[in-house]
Amino acid sequence: MSRYTIAVLVENKPGVLARVSSLFRRRGFNIESLAVGTTEREDISRMTIVVSGNEKIMEQVMKQLNKLIDVIKISDVTVNSVERELVMVKVATNSANRGEIAEIANIFRARIVDVAKESMIIEITGDEEKINAFVNLMRQFGIKELVKTGKISMTRGGKMVQL
Amino acid sequence: MRAADAFIKALEKEGVKHIFGIPGGAIIEVYDALWDSDISHVLTRHEQAAVHAADGYARASGKVGVAFATSGPGATNTVTGIVNAYMDSSPVVVFTGQVPRSLIGFDAFQEADITGITMPATKHNYLVTDPESLTDVVKEAFYIASTGRPGPVLIDLPKDVTMVDVEFNYSKKVSLMGYNPRIAGHPKQIKKAAELIMKSERPVIIAGGGVILSNASKELVKLAETIPAFVVTTLMGKGSIPETHHLSLGFIGMHGTKYGNYTVTESDLVIAIGCRFSDRTTGKVASFAPYAKIIHIDIDAAEIGKNVRVDVPIVGSAKQILPKLTSIIEYKKRKEWGDRVTGWRKAYPLKYKNDDGKLRPQYVIEKIYELMPDAIVTTEVGQNQMWAAQYFRTSYPRQFISSGGLGTMGFGFPAAMGAQVAFPDRTVVDIAGDGSFQMNIQELATCVDYRIPVKICVLNNMFLGMVRQWQELFYDERYSATCLRCKEMSFEKIAEGFGGVGMTVEKVSEVEDALKEAFKIDDVPVVIDFRVERLENVYPMVPAGAALNEIIDEEV
Repeated sequence: MSRYTIAVLVENKPGVLARVSSLFRRRGFNIESLAVGTTEREDISRMTIVVSGNEKIMEQVMKQLNKLIDVIKISDVTVNSVERELVMVKVATNSANRGEIAEIANIFRARIVDVAKESMIIEITGDEEKINAFVNLMRQFGIKELVKTGKISMTRGGKMVQL
Repeated sequence: MRAADAFIKALEKEGVKHIFGIPGGAIIEVYDALWDSDISHVLTRHEQAAVHAADGYARASGKVGVAFATSGPGATNTVTGIVNAYMDSSPVVVFTGQVPRSLIGFDAFQEADITGITMPATKHNYLVTDPESLTDVVKEAFYIASTGRPGPVLIDLPKDVTMVDVEFNYSKKVSLMGYNPRIAGHPKQIKKAAELIMKSERPVIIAGGGVILSNASKELVKLAETIPAFVVTTLMGKGSIPETHHLSLGFIGMHGTKYGNYTVTESDLVIAIGCRFSDRTTGKVASFAPYAKIIHIDIDAAEIGKNVRVDVPIVGSAKQILPKLTSIIEYKKRKEWGDRVTGWRKAYPLKYKNDDGKLRPQYVIEKIYELMPDAIVTTEVGQNQMWAAQYFRTSYPRQFISSGGLGTMGFGFPAAMGAQVAFPDRTVVDIAGDGSFQMNIQELATCVDYRIPVKICVLNNMFLGMVRQWQELFYDERYSATCLRCKEMSFEKIAEGFGGVGMTVEKVSEVEDALKEAFKIDDVPVVIDFRVERLENVYPMVPAGAALNEIIDEEV
């Protein structure tokens, strides 16, 4: 099993997300992450979907998605892309370790966006490897809450995912 | 203009002549508007039957079938019909009433989330929230249902949307960013296919329902004769080539002909046209056509490579691609292959025991074929369906109408009703089982009401026969819940009770007269209850999970 990232341009209409997720469920495809938002055109949204599977499954994923009337275009952006995800972590803190945590955050270019007596929220952006490394380091202090946006991806250079 | 009136006007513009349905509170405005229209409406007795009838109408005529239902239970009753149409790629448009927009999501009386429910079972569906978009949605729905790979489309109409005033501007063209079916076929791929055909010594064509849907039967026969290649069909492809044609080998699969199954297994080239290689057709996939290269022509790219490996895929419509392919190949004699296939055909004909004077279902179907070979034939699902497929030799496309993908018992009768509405002057026969017929038997009332003279030939073995057959062969004759024990029940009286004609046939000698009498009746439905041998099995048979050439037969 490998992981693939696909960018899906869809009509910005109600129910489109349900159509896409319903298709994945029905056909037994695995979604690892899904992020969706509008694009440079307000009538078109872009989904970034991370799927696990083999080549044959991926072929079916792309072809079946293509059959949805509201899906306009699908691109495989697994290779040669800039990938980013935004994560917020609420870490348990006390007066003794606050400095150490801030230092680690600094090394990762993460931002502390909220500080309270017994916790702080740290925001970090990056690719998966960087985020995993950071989250693993935070575990020793105790992660109280963690939220991810899902991965977004854009191909490098002149190549574009557009109509 | 009231939106409901604009809606009906849009249907008229789409050329709709017949609608099958049942009204209710949420769709009452639409029915009110229908009152002033020339479109004729057939009031069925169950919404499932309305959709099957629209489906049968579509399959028989090639036009889009239309069904109406109200919200809630009316809408949910359409679901089996919709899934059935979806599995067999039938162009059907279903309109359901919905509670007013302000009540959606509040669990109102007769509210059901029908667009949510049918999302995975329609080609596309709509919940109309903007009255001004209503007629555009109608236009899109007919376009989507009938183009590319056809399929059902559902439109949910909130009651208040149908009540307001709108402008009627019917658009002429549909443009959808995400929908543009490819039909032409790539020239390079067609050339590659031609090369494989010219190299092949043992070619066979598998023709599926797609050949019929794209009206490409003539083109198929031309291709087969030019190569020349034997043609087997799937169940859905029956009728794509006349089964009396010297190149036709009937249908393949679990209960297909032995010679058809052997031919596919031994071939060195399979040319699959408009078929999706269902498990019932291929048998064990790993052993399917083990010596063959495979050319797969299909309008739906997602079907290519889904179930079997493909060497040359061609995406597009059979109607467009087959003539192009035929024009670049030449006749090549393949005598050795022809002799082998002919040998199988002689050695392994379809057969059943018929020398003991007992009334057998196969005999009944042979008689129907003999007396009325041009009839439109629908089937229910199970043994009756397989015997009909084996013994009724289809001679033209859209003649044989059966629930292939979903296997819906209860489909055949309302589908026959729809086919009869499309062709009032033709003879339409539903080859039924006693189990299946009872699943939509209430439509006898509709047929009497509208003078729809469908002939229902019930092969009555008082069993859910196909399941019983499996229990006999694989479960030590433990007939768990398959005996229908309705010896006392009279289909004859039931038919008469509804106002139709009923007959009971118990002897071989009575079959012909009963059928002749039935074929003369042209104003009411006729039910013939054929009391057939109860334990008759469908053979030949490929056991589940076995390869096509591991087909077994019974000793006769």
